[in-house]
Amino acid sequence: MNYVLEMINVTAGYENKPVIKNINLKISRGEKVVMMGPSGSGKSTLLKTAILLVKPWSGKIFLDGEELTSEKTDLRRARAKTGFVFQSYNLFPHMKVIDNITLPLRIVKGLNKSEALKKAFEVLKIVKLEEYAYKYPLQLSGGQQQRVAIARALAMDPVILFLDEPTSALDPEMKIEVLNTLRDIAKRDIAMLIVTHEIDFAKDIADRIVIIEDGVIIEEGRDVLTNPRTERAKRFLGYLSSKM
Amino acid sequence: MSLEFFVEYTPFIAEGIIVTLQLTLISYFLGFLIGSILLLIGMTPLRIIARIYIEVIRGTPLLVQLFFIYFGLPSIGVRFDAYISALLALTINTAAYQAEILRSAAKSIPEIQILSAESLGMSRSQIFRYIILPISLRTSIPAMVNEFLTILKQSSLASIIGVVELTRRGEYVAAYTYRAFEAYLIVASIYLAASYIFSYLSKILEKKYKIPGYTGV
Repeated sequence: MNYVLEMINVTAGYENKPVIKNINLKISRGEKVVMMGPSGSGKSTLLKTAILLVKPWSGKIFLDGEELTSEKTDLRRARAKTGFVFQSYNLFPHMKVIDNITLPLRIVKGLNKSEALKKAFEVLKIVKLEEYAYKYPLQLSGGQQQRVAIARALAMDPVILFLDEPTSALDPEMKIEVLNTLRDIAKRDIAMLIVTHEIDFAKDIADRIVIIEDGVIIEEGRDVLTNPRTERAKRFLGYLSSKM
Repeated sequence: MSLEFFVEYTPFIAEGIIVTLQLTLISYFLGFLIGSILLLIGMTPLRIIARIYIEVIRGTPLLVQLFFIYFGLPSIGVRFDAYISALLALTINTAAYQAEILRSAAKSIPEIQILSAESLGMSRSQIFRYIILPISLRTSIPAMVNEFLTILKQSSLASIIGVVELTRRGEYVAAYTYRAFEAYLIVASIYLAASYIFSYLSKILEKKYKIPGYTGV
């Protein structure tokens, strides 16, 4: 058993309203999982709960074998083993691209300045943005900003990368550029849990598709997109393809 | 109006700018420290303390705060001279306003930026130090400079309890020469010049520290 993420009977929500209910999700090392579902279904909350940005009400969460839901766990150190990319506003606007990447390496991972710089350029090269190292985030296009955010997440050498609709705030051509970057990264041995509604992209990279509705996983598997079994999944996928 | 009057009394009045600037600069920077601490407290469960402080100070006139410290506190055995009283009043006053300016700048930082920092494993104090404080400061330069100019002008209230600063020197000259018009004209011109210089400096500061592309606040 070699799971990087295990969520066992996890329920979480805001105030008194549960948003995800009794979630059971296991992701193996290097596995690429795409999560889909209507808006408000709890996808984003599930991702945030996975690293306790939202505190679960009940259930257990293990990251790389370590129980995050245990009081004893050093949550900061554990989070530093993951990468997280949100829809937008990931980058710190007052820091240059390079500093956005080196800051967590230095103050969280404890790298010295030259190690951090070396690592930062390594990951900028992966997303093909080295020449933007000394620009400020808001001087970049939305797509470039997302790629820097991906680079920053990669710099932490994550065992799993969480991506919460990384392209949904972007124009079509920028979408393509970010999806291509993600396709490249998917070739690496990093597990990924991606919320996206880009069906073609999902088909390309996913080892498994998870469909979530009303905070519950309604169907999962490798061929969910081509061969959905439940009525709800069929309905949702029908709705998605009607929008394409 | 005679030119001789200005030649004779301007140097005496202008010397008051030294005490005025002392009051302004010291209280502003102490107020900044306290304001930053209040911003920090405002992010903890103790936020009610910061809230009460800010509401009380912003809801009462600076002059009353000054009188309270200078005339009120001695009756419970706490005595400060006029200069220290003025400094204290200006400091506690500007601290509340600066805290409020920083708070509204901090509030406009998208929540996702804070979540990003948390997801990278940063601690709360690192997030405050590296993200919240610098962004709030850099986006609130115009408002912070405005507050500085307010304190510069409000420091004139110190004259009422006898601190010999710019305004007080003007009062002396007006009383001595019976030429209040000219005396206060000199006083006003010096405040105006000082304000102008500081707002010019702030433009340079703003240009230097503006976050490129940021239209947030």
